[in-house]
Amino acid sequence: MTLASLERGRKYVIQNVNSADPDIQRLMVLGLVEGAEVELASAAIGGDPLEFRMFGNSISLRREHARHFAVTTAGEGG
Amino acid sequence: MPVISLSPPRAKVGNAQVTRVSADQISVRQHAAASIAVVGNPNSGKSTLFNRLTGLRQKTGNYPGVTVEKHVGTVRFDNAAFELIDLPGMFALSAHSLEERIACDVVMGRIPGMERPAGILAVVDTTHLYQGLYLVQQLMELELPLLVALTMTDAADSSGIRIDIEALERRLGGVKVCPVVATTGQGMAALRAAIATLPDAPKPALPTFWEELSAASEELVPDLPATVPRVEIERALIDLDSEIATEVSNYLGDDGAQRLAAIRQRVFGSEPPLATEARHRYGWVREVLKEVQHSAPTMTTWSSRLAAFMNRPLPGTVGLFVVMAIVFQAVFAWATPMMDAIESGAAMLGTLLVTNLPDGAVSSFLADGVVAGVGSVIVFLPQIIILFLFIILLEDSGYLARAAYLMDRAMRSVGLSGQSIIPMVSSFACAVPGIMATRVIPDRRDRIATILAAPFMTCSARLPVYALLIAAFVPAQSVGWFNLQGIVLFGLYMLGIVAGLLTALLLKKTALHGPKPMFVLMLPEFRLPNLQTVLMQLLGRALIFLKRAGTVIFAVAVVVWALAYYPRSDVIAADLDQQQSLAAANLSGEALDQALSRFENEAAAAQLEQSWLGRAGKVVEPAFKPLGWDWKVSAAVIAGFPAREVVIAVLGTVYAVGGAADESTLAARLQAATWPDGRAVYTLPMVIGLLIFYACCLQCAATLAVIRRETNSWQWPLFAWAYMTTLGYVGALLVYQLGTN
Repeated sequence: MTLASLERGRKYVIQNVNSADPDIQRLMVLGLVEGAEVELASAAIGGDPLEFRMFGNSISLRREHARHFAVTTAGEGG
Repeated sequence: MPVISLSPPRAKVGNAQVTRVSADQISVRQHAAASIAVVGNPNSGKSTLFNRLTGLRQKTGNYPGVTVEKHVGTVRFDNAAFELIDLPGMFALSAHSLEERIACDVVMGRIPGMERPAGILAVVDTTHLYQGLYLVQQLMELELPLLVALTMTDAADSSGIRIDIEALERRLGGVKVCPVVATTGQGMAALRAAIATLPDAPKPALPTFWEELSAASEELVPDLPATVPRVEIERALIDLDSEIATEVSNYLGDDGAQRLAAIRQRVFGSEPPLATEARHRYGWVREVLKEVQHSAPTMTTWSSRLAAFMNRPLPGTVGLFVVMAIVFQAVFAWATPMMDAIESGAAMLGTLLVTNLPDGAVSSFLADGVVAGVGSVIVFLPQIIILFLFIILLEDSGYLARAAYLMDRAMRSVGLSGQSIIPMVSSFACAVPGIMATRVIPDRRDRIATILAAPFMTCSARLPVYALLIAAFVPAQSVGWFNLQGIVLFGLYMLGIVAGLLTALLLKKTALHGPKPMFVLMLPEFRLPNLQTVLMQLLGRALIFLKRAGTVIFAVAVVVWALAYYPRSDVIAADLDQQQSLAAANLSGEALDQALSRFENEAAAAQLEQSWLGRAGKVVEPAFKPLGWDWKVSAAVIAGFPAREVVIAVLGTVYAVGGAADESTLAARLQAATWPDGRAVYTLPMVIGLLIFYACCLQCAATLAVIRRETNSWQWPLFAWAYMTTLGYVGALLVYQLGTN
C-alpha cells in the first residue's frame, strides 16, 4: 500500500521510501520519511494532486510521487 | 583535470569590489551595525515578525546578479543597532530553488560582498514544529549565536498544542526560545531584549544525533583551511555535485573527489546521502517533539472548518471561480474611476500648459511628452495596487497555495503546474504584475513558459482599443440571448487564453523541454492577513513598478512624442495662421470656435502626416497593405508598439479630431475613412484582423522591460516580441485575405 491509495479518515505510518529519485529525496527533506504519521486530507480537481496531513502540516504532492512511499495503517507493526 | 580556482571561498568577500570602496564608505562600514539573518520556513510568520521589529526602517534591493529580493531593516536599541536581513523562506540548508540557495549562501557567508551574519534569528511556527525544528537543527550546526522565535503561539493555544519551552531550550543546546504573537505584539519585548544581546550569546552546543557524520567531518578538518566551517564540510559530504562539494574537494587536492566518495560510501552506504540525512534529522525531531509538545484534543477553529469545506471538490472548485471573478471584477470596477481621474487630470494639466505657454516645441514637449508620459506611467498604478492587494491578501490568507493545488491537474495538460494559475489570471489586468507574480514558480522552464504566455491574456490596455473598434464596426444585433458585440469581445478574450496556453505548451515541448518539474506544495492554514505586512508588501511592489517599469514607459512616451512632433513644417503652420485669421475676420461666436478648432485639428493631422511617424507609416504601408491597413493605421500601430493604449490618441490626431476626442467622434471618422479610390478602409474583415493583431501583438514596452528583468536576459523579451508580432500579423493577414476574397 502506498500514499497514493489511502482512505480518508484513517491514520497511516510511512514504512519505506524509494529514495533513488532526487524529487523523492526533496520530499523526505520536507518530512515524508519512515516513521512519519500521515493522513489523506483531500484530492484536487480531477483527483490529483493529493493533500496529506503530517504532524499538523498540510503537504500536497502528485500521485506519481506518492507511489514511492509505502505505508501501513497506524498501529500495525509500527 | 579541469581548471578550477583554488582561492578560498572567503576570499570572495574581499575581492576587487572592496578595493574600490571610497573613504567615507569605509567609515560607514566600520560603524555599520552587525547583521542578523532572519531565517524560517515559508509561511512561518517571518515577514510579519520582521516588519514588527523593523517598522518602516527597511530597504528592498536585489542580491547581486539574480532577481531574488533582498529585504534589510534596522532594529534599534538604547546602545546598539543591528541590521536585520529577512531571508527568503527555506526548509533546509540543501537548496532546492534559487531563493533557497540565496538564503543558504547568506547564512553561510557565501554571498560576495556580504559579511557572514553575526547571529541567526530562527522563526518557527508553533503549529508546524515538525519542519521548523528540522531547519533549526541545521542552523545549530552553523556555529553562530542562535535565537528561536516561536510564532503563532495563539493559534497553537487555540488548537490545544502546549509547548514546554524549558525542555525545548534544553534540547536545542541552550538556545533561547521566545514565544511571540507577532500580530498582537505579545512577547515582543522579551524577543527584542534577546536580539539586543544575540551577537554576544554563546554558540549553541552541537546536536548529537548522528555520530558517523560528525566523525567523518572531524576527520577532514586537519586537511582543510580554518576558513571552512564544519557545516560546509557536512554539506560537501551530503550535497553531491554542489558548489561546496567542489570547493572542499579542491582543497583536499588531487584525490579530493575520491576521498569524499570513500567517506560517503562508509557513512551512507548505497543510500542517497540526502535521504539518509532526512531520516536521521527527522528521527531527532520526532524525539524532541515527544518530549516538548503536549497536544490536547484539537478544537475546531474557523480555519480548520473552512479548510475542511474547501477540501471538498465541488465547493473548492466553485470557490476558486468565485474568488477569481471577484478579483477580476474589483480590478476593473475599482480601478477604472481612478484611471479615468488620472487620465483626465493629465489631459487637464496638458491643456493648461498648452494654453499658458507660447506655442512651440517646449509646450508640446511638456504637455504631450512629459505630462502624457508621466500620466501613462501612473495610470497603471491603480490596477497594479488593487491587483497586488488581492494577490497579497490571497497569499497571506493561505488561499493562493490552495488555488495552485486545485488547478494543478488542469494546468498540467498544457505542460505547466498549478503555480502558473495566479500569474495567468493576474495578467488579465496587466501583464506587468502578472509576470512579477511568476516568482512563486520554482522551476525555471515553467517560469519562462508562464512569462511568455502571460502577455497573451487580454490586459486592460487592450480593452479601450477593443471597445472603440467593436463599437464602431461590429453591429449591435442580438444573437439568441447574447449581443454580437459581447460575443466578439468574449471571443477576443478566449483567443488570448488559447494562444497563451498553446504557446506555453509549444515551448514546453520544444525550447523549454526538460525533465518534468517536481510539484510539491505546503498548504498553509487559512488565516487572517496582517494589515501591516500587507501594506508593507504593497508599497514595495508599487515602488518596484514605478522604478523599473516606469522609467522605461516614460522614456518611450518621450520618444514617441518626438517622432510624432518632428520635423515641423513651417508651411503648414503658416497656412493654419492664414486660415485662422481669415476665419476670425469672417466668422464669430460658436461658428468661429468650431472653425478654429477644425483648422487646428487639420493642421495637426497634416503635421503628423509629414512627421517621422507619418513617414514611417507610409514607408511600412506596403508591408501592411495585405492586411488592409493604410498609412494612417500603420502609423498608429507603430506608435502603439511601446504602449498599445497610445493608439487611440494617435488615431485621434491622424483623423484630425484631436488627440483627446471622445470615442464616438473618432468612431464616426473611422467609419468614413476611405482609400484614395473611395473604398472603405475599415471593412469588417480588416477590423477583425486588426482586433486579432491587437490580441496577439506584444505592444508594451513595460512588459518587455519586466520580461527582461525577470528572465535576466534580452533573449526572451526579443523572442516574445518577434513571436507575438508574427502571430498577430499572420492572423490579421489570414482573416483579411480570406474575408475579402
